[in-house]
Amino acid sequence: MRIRTVFFLSLLYAALIVLPHFLKYHQQDFLIFLTINILVVVSYRLVTLTGEWSLIHAVMMGVGAYTSALISKNFDISFWITLPLAGVMAGLVALLLSYPLFRMTQFYFLIGSFAAGEAIRLTWIQFIKPFGGTGGTSAIPSPELMNIDFLEPIPYFYLVLIVVSICVYLLYRIENSRIGLTLHAVHWKGVLAESVGVNTWNYRTLAFVIGSLFVGIAGALKVHYIGTVAPKQFDIGFMVFILIWVIVGGYRTFYGAIIGAVVLSILDEILRGVEQLRPAIYGATLIFFILYLPGGLESLPQKIRQKFRANRESAT
Amino acid sequence: MTPILEVKNLTMRFGGLLAVDNVSFSVNEGEIRGLIGPNGAGKSTTFKMIAGFLSPTSGEVLFRNNNITNQRSSRIASAGVVRTFQETTLFQELTVFENVLIGTHKQAHTNIIAAVLGLDRQKQNEAIEATTEVLEFMGLAERKNQLAAELPLGLQRALAVAISLAAKPNLLLMDEPFAGMNPEETRHMMELTERVRESGVSIVLVEHNMKAVMGLCDRLVVLNFGTVLDDGTPDQVRNNPNVIQAYLGGG
Repeated sequence: MRIRTVFFLSLLYAALIVLPHFLKYHQQDFLIFLTINILVVVSYRLVTLTGEWSLIHAVMMGVGAYTSALISKNFDISFWITLPLAGVMAGLVALLLSYPLFRMTQFYFLIGSFAAGEAIRLTWIQFIKPFGGTGGTSAIPSPELMNIDFLEPIPYFYLVLIVVSICVYLLYRIENSRIGLTLHAVHWKGVLAESVGVNTWNYRTLAFVIGSLFVGIAGALKVHYIGTVAPKQFDIGFMVFILIWVIVGGYRTFYGAIIGAVVLSILDEILRGVEQLRPAIYGATLIFFILYLPGGLESLPQKIRQKFRANRESAT
Repeated sequence: MTPILEVKNLTMRFGGLLAVDNVSFSVNEGEIRGLIGPNGAGKSTTFKMIAGFLSPTSGEVLFRNNNITNQRSSRIASAGVVRTFQETTLFQELTVFENVLIGTHKQAHTNIIAAVLGLDRQKQNEAIEATTEVLEFMGLAERKNQLAAELPLGLQRALAVAISLAAKPNLLLMDEPFAGMNPEETRHMMELTERVRESGVSIVLVEHNMKAVMGLCDRLVVLNFGTVLDDGTPDQVRNNPNVIQAYLGGG
């Protein structure tokens, strides 16, 4: 199993390193955004582990994005410092918001998180100084390192690949540690967890803060490539995409959300030619999955195996 | 010797209803203390107030002379007072082993840096050992890889106790562990409860099953309409005409 994992991963990374060289310019862009979105869904997964689905994750990404963009632009501070700062700021905002938000659970938490997110997003629109209003802020400096030109997609893709890989690995470690087990416990039976000494409030906060921290980093990665940060990038529309990726991919395992993001983003890219049909097809896909594959794409291999076995048994 | 638990003048008022009225009793170290009474007598309310799942209107709960009234339930659990639940409150989706492993939270909880870097490995291994021990103690070792939801009722109750034991309690609060059990399961559960007491854990038992209560408890508190009707050994309580009347109904 271990050797197989190592083999599979090295194959995957070899492919990812070679891949951008065979792609057209806009496809390289697409690959960068897809890689960033993987970090978005994996960090969202940590938040949902406690059983609370928030609608503020996209805005948290924006908090990181604005932090890094404004600091690097206005104070001329290097991207390599503002990148972690983006995460720290998103984590801090999450910590502050956890006090009012975690007084709510389930549906109320969902709505509460949406309201809090909109409040933050509208602040970016209302306060033209320093945020730049509806149009946002542009001319965000790109990273500098030796003589590498990070305005080019391929070097930036490698940068994103490294940062995202590290973050995803850290999130994987957290989920598979004692902390991950405790988060599951908080989700499945909060009162029982509480009865053996788990402070459920603290663990919900921990998941929310760490998840926001990593999505803040994803936000910084995104806007330093585009060069522009605007409120529109982090609206409820994008949040719905995150939800769809997780639901279609499946939320039982760590890799489900990744599969969802990859498959649907590729589908989306293929549909680029038939612009008018995209929302309809997206909606239909979601309904199809909820009805026929509620376990998400991750449950597909198992389903096929079962079907195969059933067929074989009926044949003999 | 100071009692391990002292309940002093505990009162709980829900609006106009006085659910628990000035209830006081104590639990000695190493004792199985029964809390009985007809339906609606205030047993569960008292129980929840001790475990920190309800805040009393007035009165206090002392654990080894420390006031634990109004503390968060997770803190009371960390202090050594652990409760079980009515029905089968388990992590149904997880395996028996994982269920008990979660119970070791007090000894195994860790911070995020240690978790990511694996610095807590020794602590986690100790938690796994403790889990294995508890599973063997409760006779669940062979079932450890089964999902909790797949266990028969009797074993689910045993698992619930195992989770609590993994938290290394000094005082175990058991909420109707015998409800709905057949005689065979009841006998098994009584043995387990006795074994838990012998391992040095004091127990408060809220229960309707009189056979279990009379067989296990050293002393009983009888509640009726939120007040203490009687407090004494099973034999004393059994022969108290007021208690008999409370159970059979006054005529």
